[in-house]
Amino acid sequence: MIELYLFLIFMLIAAIIATEIKDLLAAVISLGAVGFAVAIMFILVQAPDLAIVQIVVEVLTVVIFVAVILRTTHIDETIGKKLKGTQILSIVLYAFFTILFLIVVFRSFQELPEFGNATMKVASEYIKLGLPQTGGTNIVADVILDFRALDTLGEATVLFTSVIGVVALMRKVGRKK
Amino acid sequence: MIIFASCIILFLIGLYAIVTKRNLIKIAIGFAFIEYAVNLLFALIGFKHGALAPIITQVNTPHNFVDPIPQALVLTAIVIALGTTALMLTVILRIYNRYKTFDIAEIKKLKG
Amino acid sequence: MRGMSLIVKTITNITVGFMFIYGLYIILHGHLTPGGGFAGGVIVAGAFVLKILAFGSERSAEKKSATRASIFESIGGLLFIGIAMSALLVAGTFFLNFLPKGTPFHLLSAGIIPFCNIAISIKVGAGLFSIFLALGAMKYIMED
Repeated sequence: MIELYLFLIFMLIAAIIATEIKDLLAAVISLGAVGFAVAIMFILVQAPDLAIVQIVVEVLTVVIFVAVILRTTHIDETIGKKLKGTQILSIVLYAFFTILFLIVVFRSFQELPEFGNATMKVASEYIKLGLPQTGGTNIVADVILDFRALDTLGEATVLFTSVIGVVALMRKVGRKK
Repeated sequence: MIIFASCIILFLIGLYAIVTKRNLIKIAIGFAFIEYAVNLLFALIGFKHGALAPIITQVNTPHNFVDPIPQALVLTAIVIALGTTALMLTVILRIYNRYKTFDIAEIKKLKG
Repeated sequence: MRGMSLIVKTITNITVGFMFIYGLYIILHGHLTPGGGFAGGVIVAGAFVLKILAFGSERSAEKKSATRASIFESIGGLLFIGIAMSALLVAGTFFLNFLPKGTPFHLLSAGIIPFCNIAISIKVGAGLFSIFLALGAMKYIMED
């Protein structure tokens, strides 16, 4: 599992670079690096379905970000400036929240199983009944389209809403001054 | 346990970008990091040492699979994340078209 | 929009068909191998996006294809709900897998799952492509 740790370190370094760099195009490329590292980690934890979706979605995400940046500006003017009062306040609040959040995370990690020992209480039923009840050999497809199909319908509604939002915000009619 | 903690660190980096950065594109990147962190944490929780991906290849053998439920939950969430990111970028483009800047402090000043 | 250089156009002409076939393979074998409607739909949308990025397009054609893409998205959503409603009418339960299961490892097996995959792939692919086209229309708005 040493390669998993290497990719985690790579992902964290790329994330820090993406938040702190001055050039926005470089920040988006670092975002793409994080996404591809996540995709490779999905392969390493035996989730090929997720890896396929993550790679293609990551390509489209980078394309959309670059399209937006090329139309506007690619210099982040706010990086080198002095901190203002509200910004210092937000950093202090962030530190406060981080401490609270870490306490909660530490407590909830006591309940989680160790890495590599999933409990599989519900999943064993799905694996046992997947092939006899649905006939599909891909258990993930069985879960999203048969056992939990209503969940998928809800997600499709969310996608529809976001598409409607983008198309409505980008229309030209009714924008005359 | 340290491997879950690195997901939490990625979450906190994304939250840092959202809370303290003043550039709108950086804020959108922070949201994307939070989505990755949550998706990766789900997939890591379902992992089992020595288990295979949940695809049946032979009918009458005992199955040793990783947990398929987190994968099923995350699969739809990844595509939805792209849709919401695109919606956020559309709003950002509209704001830039009106104010000609990405700086949220400037936008606040120019309002009204 | 003029599109990119000759090298990019030639390579795109060679690869875009393979991308399309790979997307269709992922969609149709979603119940047997990794993949499914979500992955295949995004791959097909990616093939269209590559074509537009490499060759460019006219404003009127872009508008027309944006309209068509949103119509296709609605068709995909209606197909998905239609499958669920037909299960309600035939067997009495929403989203029940009422078709015969067939033998495992065959293309026509697993009841309604392949049809749900096709409906979702139409919905996801057309939705993401129309998002891309709507963002591409921004350049005309910025010029005014």
